[in-house]
Amino acid sequence: MRLESENPLTLSNNGSSRIGFYVCHCGTNIAGVVDVQALAEYAAKLPGVVVSREYKYMCSDPGQELIQQDIKGNRLNRIVVASCSPHLHEQTFRTATAKGGLNPFYFHMVNIREHVSWVHEDRTRATQKAKALVRAAIQRVSFHKPLERKRVPIHPDVLILGGGIAGIHAALTMADAGKHVYLVERDPTIGGHMAKFDKTFPTLDCAACILTPKMSMVRAHPNITLWTYSEVTHVEGYVGNFKVKVKRKPRYIHEELCTGCLACVDACVYKDARYPDEFNLGLGKRKPIYIPFAQATPLVVLIDPETCIQFKSGKCKKTCVEACAERRAIDFEQREETKEIEVGTIILSTGFQVFDAKRIPNYGYGIYPNVYTALEIERLINASGPTAGEVVLRDGRKPQTVGIIHCVGSRDENTNRWCSRVCCMYSLKLAHLLKEHTGAEVYNFYIDIRTPGKGFEEFYDRLLKEGVHFIRGRVAEVTDWAMTPDEEGKLVIRAEDTLAGFVRRVPVDLVVLSVGLEGHADAEDVRRTFNITCSTEGFFLERHPKLAPVDTFTDGIFLAGCCQGPKDIPDTVAQAGAAAAQCMALIDRGYMEIEPNTAWIEEELCSGCHVCIAMCPYTAIHFDAQKKVAVLNEALCKGCGTCVAACPSGAAQQNLFRDEQLFAEVEGVLV
Amino acid sequence: MNKRFDPSIVGFFCNWCTYLAADLAGTSRMKYAPNVRVVRTMCSGRVDPQMILWAFRHGADGVLIGGCHPGDCHYQEGNYKALRRITLLRTMLPQFGIEPERLRLEWISASEGERLRDVVNEFTEQIRRLGPLRKEAAPKAAMAA
Repeated sequence: MRLESENPLTLSNNGSSRIGFYVCHCGTNIAGVVDVQALAEYAAKLPGVVVSREYKYMCSDPGQELIQQDIKGNRLNRIVVASCSPHLHEQTFRTATAKGGLNPFYFHMVNIREHVSWVHEDRTRATQKAKALVRAAIQRVSFHKPLERKRVPIHPDVLILGGGIAGIHAALTMADAGKHVYLVERDPTIGGHMAKFDKTFPTLDCAACILTPKMSMVRAHPNITLWTYSEVTHVEGYVGNFKVKVKRKPRYIHEELCTGCLACVDACVYKDARYPDEFNLGLGKRKPIYIPFAQATPLVVLIDPETCIQFKSGKCKKTCVEACAERRAIDFEQREETKEIEVGTIILSTGFQVFDAKRIPNYGYGIYPNVYTALEIERLINASGPTAGEVVLRDGRKPQTVGIIHCVGSRDENTNRWCSRVCCMYSLKLAHLLKEHTGAEVYNFYIDIRTPGKGFEEFYDRLLKEGVHFIRGRVAEVTDWAMTPDEEGKLVIRAEDTLAGFVRRVPVDLVVLSVGLEGHADAEDVRRTFNITCSTEGFFLERHPKLAPVDTFTDGIFLAGCCQGPKDIPDTVAQAGAAAAQCMALIDRGYMEIEPNTAWIEEELCSGCHVCIAMCPYTAIHFDAQKKVAVLNEALCKGCGTCVAACPSGAAQQNLFRDEQLFAEVEGVLV
Repeated sequence: MNKRFDPSIVGFFCNWCTYLAADLAGTSRMKYAPNVRVVRTMCSGRVDPQMILWAFRHGADGVLIGGCHPGDCHYQEGNYKALRRITLLRTMLPQFGIEPERLRLEWISASEGERLRDVVNEFTEQIRRLGPLRKEAAPKAAMAA
């Protein structure tokens, strides 16, 4: 650490800094709490400040022009703007600084909106804090040096993780534009949740009819490498240049040899399917050798080693192999395989999981056989489902009355607090379909009906006219305890009807739980593998909730679909398109400019102690044995500054975060 | 209220988690004590123990370092380096006559605006209870507040 002076400001400022200071009112966002005039007056008296102004909106064109004119007119060589978070407008003001003819890195930003005016109420104390932050920036900016942004090339290939409708749409968009896409899906087939749905709201078009053609296009597209039954295990590198390892789990079938004729499935020694079928959520049965569903893509069978006799005992007659005959697609010796690929950009479209209804035991899921989740009902209604579209109870009866309970695992302090956005509409859709399939009386128990989408409210109206019942009230419990003869043999839904003002008991045959959406249980692992920024609720965090909804804080990694938050199919597709466009913008430009905040080592100060070398997580520093000093490879440095903090001699420094800059800033905040 | 000691606290917040949590607290209009003044670093691993001592020397009554949760570091493991340094520094602080409670390291992720608010409020209260670091400056500090 080099601290030659008690006060580094006086040493380096040297009268050479000509600082322009600007405080933004941001309408009343800042000016309503911080005394902007007092702040500008205060800054005007600080050493080096030549111009100090307050302006209503610094980010506006006139605001930016103010900076440019002052640079020329007052020969400014440093710019400080006190406004919002640098995460919002640092780029704006750097550009303005550059347009004025200065190196953009002679600019520094002070956050007095998110960090001051929006979080403090006392005007005096807020202004005091703003003054401290401004003083710090003005002290710091004198130590700024001109820097150049580096460009990194963007590898034209793309990785998409997750083959639901989001991943499918993004893959096709980019593949059609001539980009090579690796689409990696964990399950044996693409299609995701949408493939399980019967109809889609509010138009009631058949989910499979609109999805399966796109699935086939993915399979057939020359620009798409589709790896199903595969997972990403390791990612390294950065925007433009990611190195990804993909684990391909063994299906025990050679994908390229299987024609999807299913002769092996028919030939399996198990004549009947007897194992719970994952695609149908355990409502149907499959054999140890199977395809998930008729339109599975790729249409390639797989063997479940947990249930296959050959795997369990090694003594099967292997009738499947006989049936496959000379195609020889079946291989019991197949091993897990790891593929290594290089891509420039990544889209995460890993989707969601539905809320586990067992977490609310008073709704009886897992206790009473005729309590189903909405997703299970989708499969029961679906013509390709386990009952071929016939809605029957577990004992084979047709339900005459149905109760649909909304907000199960949504808008609930005890489980998930968020609204899952799709449940109102899918509940209405299921109400319509159940009534259509069975003629049953259908009761919806809701907190609020939320229909904010194109054609949604009209659909709600339609259901009201169809005679579906709506009872406003959160359900207390589902019970089989009959209090009256007409409740015998039924499930009773007990809820306070908050519009009528009394407690209702509604006996029904079938209870549907409209379960909410949540992030995957292993979303944390995915997030860590890809090093994207933290979120607490299991959904991935976007860079900005409004203006960068598909970006992440990690450059080159984008989000699409429900992994970012609950959304319906149109929104998912729109987001997938947006993510694809973001990737293509990078690919077509061919390079990305990155923040010049890398570290370097001053040879003459380095004592050759090796401390920094061990610190670097990117192995960017090596030891030059001849010169006996550490040498930093700028291309590998990501700019964390950990080596700088560790260097005992002050030889390691970081652009934009040099010691003297930070020390001056610390001193400055301590007015 | 005026007589109450109003501590000066320096916050070193990492760019990817805690700084963003403070931004989120802002956009969510959460209210908290104005005593923590934030210096942004790219990573909590950039926080040099000398920077912390520099802060104490120049009038800080407390120093709060905010980084990403373990395993979440944008730079893989800078937060672990911070943890090691700060743990060590805390054992040394008493030798300088500084209570180790004046230095705190917290993991606050980008989505934890509420946690940021609570940590800032709680740490400010803690430093207030400890009183000014430089006792001779106490009357002056109280006057200023």
